[in-house]
Amino acid sequence: MKADVEHNSLLTIEGMRVEFPSRRGHVVAVERLDLSVEPGEILGVVGESGAGKSTIGNAVIGLLEPPGEMTEGTILLKGDRIDHLDDAAQRKIRGARIGMIFQDPLTSLDPLQTIERQLVDTIQRHLNLAEAEARSRAVDLLDQVGIPDPDVRIAQYPHQFSGGMRQRVVIALALCADPELVIADEPTTALDVSVQAQILDLMKALCRDRQVGMILITHDMGVISETADRVAVMYRGRVVETGTTQQIMSKPTHDYTKSLISAVPRPDKRLKRFPLVTYIEDAEERPEGLNLATHWLGKVREEHKLTGNLVELKDAHMRFITRHSLFPSRRLYLDAVKDVSFAIQPGEVFGLVGESGSGKSTIARMITGIYKPSGGSITFDGTDMTALQSRAAAAPFRRQMQMIFQDPFSSLNPRMRVEDIIEEPIHFHKMAYDQQEARQIMHDLLDVVGLGAQAARKFPHEFSGGQRQRISIARALATRPRFLVCDEPTSALDVSIQAQVLNLLKDLQSELNLTMLFISHDLPVIRQICDRVGVMRNGQLLEVAPTETLFTDPQHDYTKHLLKLMPKFRGFRMPELEA
Amino acid sequence: MSLLTLACALTAPADIEDGAEAMTDTTAQTTQKSWLARAADSDLWYSFVRSPVTIVSTIVTILFFVSAIFANWIAPHNPFDLATISIMDASLPPAWMEGSDPRFWLGTDDQGRDIFSTIIFGARISLFVGFASVIFSMILGISLGLISGYVGGRLDAFIMRVADIQLSFPAILIALLIDGVARGVLPREMHQDLVFYVLIFAIGISGWVQYARTVRGSTLVEKNKEYVQAARVIGIGPLIILWRHVLPNVMGPVLVIATIHLAIAVITEATLSFLGVGVPPTTPSLGTLIRIGNDYLFSGEWWITIFPGIALVLLVLAINLLGDWLRDALNPKLR
Repeated sequence: MKADVEHNSLLTIEGMRVEFPSRRGHVVAVERLDLSVEPGEILGVVGESGAGKSTIGNAVIGLLEPPGEMTEGTILLKGDRIDHLDDAAQRKIRGARIGMIFQDPLTSLDPLQTIERQLVDTIQRHLNLAEAEARSRAVDLLDQVGIPDPDVRIAQYPHQFSGGMRQRVVIALALCADPELVIADEPTTALDVSVQAQILDLMKALCRDRQVGMILITHDMGVISETADRVAVMYRGRVVETGTTQQIMSKPTHDYTKSLISAVPRPDKRLKRFPLVTYIEDAEERPEGLNLATHWLGKVREEHKLTGNLVELKDAHMRFITRHSLFPSRRLYLDAVKDVSFAIQPGEVFGLVGESGSGKSTIARMITGIYKPSGGSITFDGTDMTALQSRAAAAPFRRQMQMIFQDPFSSLNPRMRVEDIIEEPIHFHKMAYDQQEARQIMHDLLDVVGLGAQAARKFPHEFSGGQRQRISIARALATRPRFLVCDEPTSALDVSIQAQVLNLLKDLQSELNLTMLFISHDLPVIRQICDRVGVMRNGQLLEVAPTETLFTDPQHDYTKHLLKLMPKFRGFRMPELEA
Repeated sequence: MSLLTLACALTAPADIEDGAEAMTDTTAQTTQKSWLARAADSDLWYSFVRSPVTIVSTIVTILFFVSAIFANWIAPHNPFDLATISIMDASLPPAWMEGSDPRFWLGTDDQGRDIFSTIIFGARISLFVGFASVIFSMILGISLGLISGYVGGRLDAFIMRVADIQLSFPAILIALLIDGVARGVLPREMHQDLVFYVLIFAIGISGWVQYARTVRGSTLVEKNKEYVQAARVIGIGPLIILWRHVLPNVMGPVLVIATIHLAIAVITEATLSFLGVGVPPTTPSLGTLIRIGNDYLFSGEWWITIFPGIALVLLVLAINLLGDWLRDALNPKLR
């Protein structure tokens, strides 16, 4: 125990290097990494996707996905080396000394076993307890993580719990054997804001009370600033900066940290543009955008100026069948959207905000014609879309409204080249006289979204998430729409990429005089981009108000509740970016 | 004979390889490089050159295909040219046995036809019938699967129940049934002319279920992806969406099924021919050859049935191994 003086930290990682050998050379996921965690401390590891955050957690518990391998460095848990142990020794540490909380509570519990079985088994594997003792311990744990009626609920199956409750169970599972360290990998990313706040509070309290050290891995600066005691900022497999949360958030020293923090959309003030993450090594040359004022894309094509609302919903209702049956009485229905009415004026950006399952996306799909409303009417430019019977009759209106989707990985057909993806709507709506003109339009569109014509011959998988979202935007603009529906266009993107894409959308909106329906669960983003906002819950529209009014003087209780939960992220600001 | 020329077109050796290349096409890193360079760089090629069994089975398959297509030039004799056949050469043993004739490497049958040549011509017919019925099954199964998955509702339920019912009968029974019905319904001469079509229809109809089920499953997944919704937002109709967007994305597993199904179709054809309800003895397939030879097995002329049998086993085994490898290589979970 001579090392006690040196290794008084709970966990010490020194000089860690993790490689993933592949046939195209070794990919270094993490290198020269030094970290330490003290008992009772929450260490936040923050970085963008691909920075190597999760790799650290997996390396510590010895669950690197093959062929990944830790090639250098040591991991010490209370002075004991825990790297390069055999499987049996590794399993003893896993669960008993180190607990793990994963991102998705839907998949990290066994759906076929009761909570009791899973908890009791885990407790008995690591602690020498009888069945009855283990069970009472399990009930205690559930009580501690805030599950009401733990005596009753312990006998239930995971599907009987909501997402937030399930994550609580996962936390209880991680704490089963009194671990010294807990690794939480994006523990709240799959949860709604209101649930996220509760879970973070719970984790904080548990760490403090039980003197458990925690590594909190996340991409979300808001989560870090509210939860972590110390922060390590990762960039391309290296830690660029560590310090106390206070210090990193208010006085970051590294350029990357500075730009990363300032790129987080501000909840408290509307800026003209989103601050960009400027620190991006070997960023590719971006082709100059086109001057839209003189370009064909900017020319007004519309037949007439309209005076009223561009889009109007009247008592729009959407009912899905959740259980099919031959007999109407046995069918089950879900009312995803209940009698919603609102109107969007030409040239404005209308926001819809709400938690998952509130019916936001369903409204988008009703307006764009993917779903046929089961009641009410949707009027576009004075024409009742729900009354149009044939696809041919709807085609001119389809051309005028386009949609940008949430998931950049599934919104582009993986088997089509970018040029074909963008030209498809041009050909379909016969907006070019010949192939050559279509090609020219396609190249122009790629310039407009900042990708350049060389992207045309490639396939979608050759692009990153942000670039794919640009392709998506180019496709949506190809028909020269006046109305653009954006369904969570940036929720799958990193902060830095989100800023770029949102800036692009903002520019296009003002230059092309687009009307937009912008759907998001992210209040700060809504505040930055929308003119008016509607708040939704359980398929109902609770409140519609101009953005600033909504944020400063919310009327509905639920809106107040949402605003209260919004992360109060007051980090470092670059004054020059504030207009 | 027009059928056989069609057979040549269908049995092009590049068929399977082409499919494989099409798959690798999208996994290649850059589009700047030549087609060949990209194929050589692909994961599929990487896994191919590291699997000796696959290389051997590919070579065997290609040999069969090439000799089937160029049978007229490769086969040392033309067993269908009565002028070259002499009854004097009947029942000669293989070249390494006593009393053999060096002109006939694998011996001759009871009519003096060269066994080696009849195997080559027989493989040609087997492969043609196999390919044609696979294509028939594929078109039928993919179309029904796409419609079933995309439209859903009662149509889906109906198609899938029909598939379930068909699956409760063995494929060979269905093929026999259809062949029997055709024999009963069609006049004798007409049946002689249509025998190939009947056979292809019988084998093809017994195999569509697998395609339909697989394609339906993939379609259910793909149709909810956002790129399909994007196409609907543009206003594109369901037929074009299915053809241009959904179909290319569900073809991966279909290719694997098709490869393995080819082996099954060849076996089914051989079984039918062995039972005497397949191709007529005037244009013998491998199955017909085995049946004819079977009668001579106990009179000592074993080579008449054994060599076509070995050829059939080799062909089917090679295609099956190829299909197995393709399934593993295209499965992202096993990579």
